[in-house]
Amino acid sequence: MLPQAVRKSGLPSQVHRDDKFPVHQTPKPKTPLRLALEDLYFGLRRSQVWWIMAWLDIKQRYRRSVLGPFWVTLSMGIHTAALGVLYSTLFKVPDETYIPYLALGLVVWMLISTSLIEGCSTFVLAEGIVRQVKMPYSVHVLRVLTRNLIIFGHNLPVGVVALFLFPMVLTAAVWLVIPGLLLLITNLVWVCLLLGIVCTRFRDVTHIVTSVVQLVFFITPVMWPPELLGRHAWIAQLNPFFALIDLVRSPLMGTAPQPTSWAIAVVAAVVGSAVTLAVFVRFRRRIAYWI
Amino acid sequence: MAHITLQDVDVDFPLYQSGGRSLKKTLLSMASSRIAPDAGHVVVHALRGLTLEVGDNERVALIGSNGAGKTTLLRVMAGIYEPTRGHVHVEGDVSAILDIMLGFDPEATGYENIVLRGLYLGRSVAEMREAAAEIGEFTELGEFLHLPFKTYSSGMSFRLAFAVATAFQPSILLMDEWFAAGDQDFLRKAQTRMNDFVQRARILVITSHNADILRQWCTRAVWIDQGWIREDGPIDAVLRSYARAH
Repeated sequence: MLPQAVRKSGLPSQVHRDDKFPVHQTPKPKTPLRLALEDLYFGLRRSQVWWIMAWLDIKQRYRRSVLGPFWVTLSMGIHTAALGVLYSTLFKVPDETYIPYLALGLVVWMLISTSLIEGCSTFVLAEGIVRQVKMPYSVHVLRVLTRNLIIFGHNLPVGVVALFLFPMVLTAAVWLVIPGLLLLITNLVWVCLLLGIVCTRFRDVTHIVTSVVQLVFFITPVMWPPELLGRHAWIAQLNPFFALIDLVRSPLMGTAPQPTSWAIAVVAAVVGSAVTLAVFVRFRRRIAYWI
Repeated sequence: MAHITLQDVDVDFPLYQSGGRSLKKTLLSMASSRIAPDAGHVVVHALRGLTLEVGDNERVALIGSNGAGKTTLLRVMAGIYEPTRGHVHVEGDVSAILDIMLGFDPEATGYENIVLRGLYLGRSVAEMREAAAEIGEFTELGEFLHLPFKTYSSGMSFRLAFAVATAFQPSILLMDEWFAAGDQDFLRKAQTRMNDFVQRARILVITSHNADILRQWCTRAVWIDQGWIREDGPIDAVLRSYARAH
């Protein structure tokens, strides 16, 4: 490569054209913020693209297993049944409340953990597309998320069956599951986008995230109720992962989620989105180069 | 009306050595330059202060040796690489065939890939369902269209890529070394379609090392040398000086 100084004068450049430059009036370049927001806006609008991409991902998983769609649900069911019987004995809690608690906890945890881990490879796995056509980067994020939400839909019946086998009192609180889910999804969007960007630049972060997610599973009240910690239960309740699970699990079990869960999830969504937007504005155009 | 304007465009590529991809090594090297000397990266100046204007009805050949920046330039025109510095403005819908193997879902069938590709280009599912049969027919792949893309040969992938990229009459068509793949029969068919395209007064930018093909399709040539325009003008003149230099 030639040094900077040579670049304007070093190479003979011969142009046979007589038209004066610029012939064509070009509009003012857009700011990085505007480009980032446009990326998000047009990405959201192209719902057909991420929907079909996510659906093809799911279809491939079906093709690989004999049982097809039922495989996902079945393995989740077996998982829940085995762990439910074991841990209700270990924790000395009645299984009629524990098994639904566990089933819903695992189903929501599955959504969170796979979104985090697969979020890391959002752009890396889409390399072929990113380098071939211009598409909003957010499309790839929404594809990963949609795929995981479809899987979530496969797992949810396990939770529902558990609720039928061990009937819970359905209260008006059940409607809170809607804002709860929306808040969960909002948080997953920024996490996926942020991890996608960071892991494209630093490939070893994927391994870090995988290990951390495993650890978080054990320290978060997914399988165990926070009350088991006694007077230290508040520590577990400050865990943002618990907050997100609580927002979906408690309403389905007939109780309103903890007020702290709402607060933590809202703060996480606002702060996380702001940080992610800043990172996206700054590094969006580098993603294609990093890949 | 189609138009491509590049003003003083720089494209710098970070080439990460194994350590530069690692957060751990990067952090270590920030702490002490002696612990992880390999964490840095080399920057390749792929395009340097490149200014180019392509207007309606122009058919441009990009020539230059390997690594001169031709493919990078096509990617900039396609909007995939946003330049490190400078300004790019493209008017018209762009369709690009850059690497025929890229951007296909290997597990999905030929038909599914046709629909996917169309969606990437901004078409709707309904449009693609309607067009898929015709596109499939153009590829002459027959039953293979129901098989996963990973079973395709490079000639077959080229057929698929070309058929989708040209199906909707884009106003700007960018193609990188596409003449290398595909058999004679299909190339003839592809050329007929290209003729059609060229009749409609739009922009075509292609790269090739085959001077005959470039002469046949292009009116103007841009010689790229080390990320920089060495010569720009009528195809014959530029090809002559290019041949003299090599």
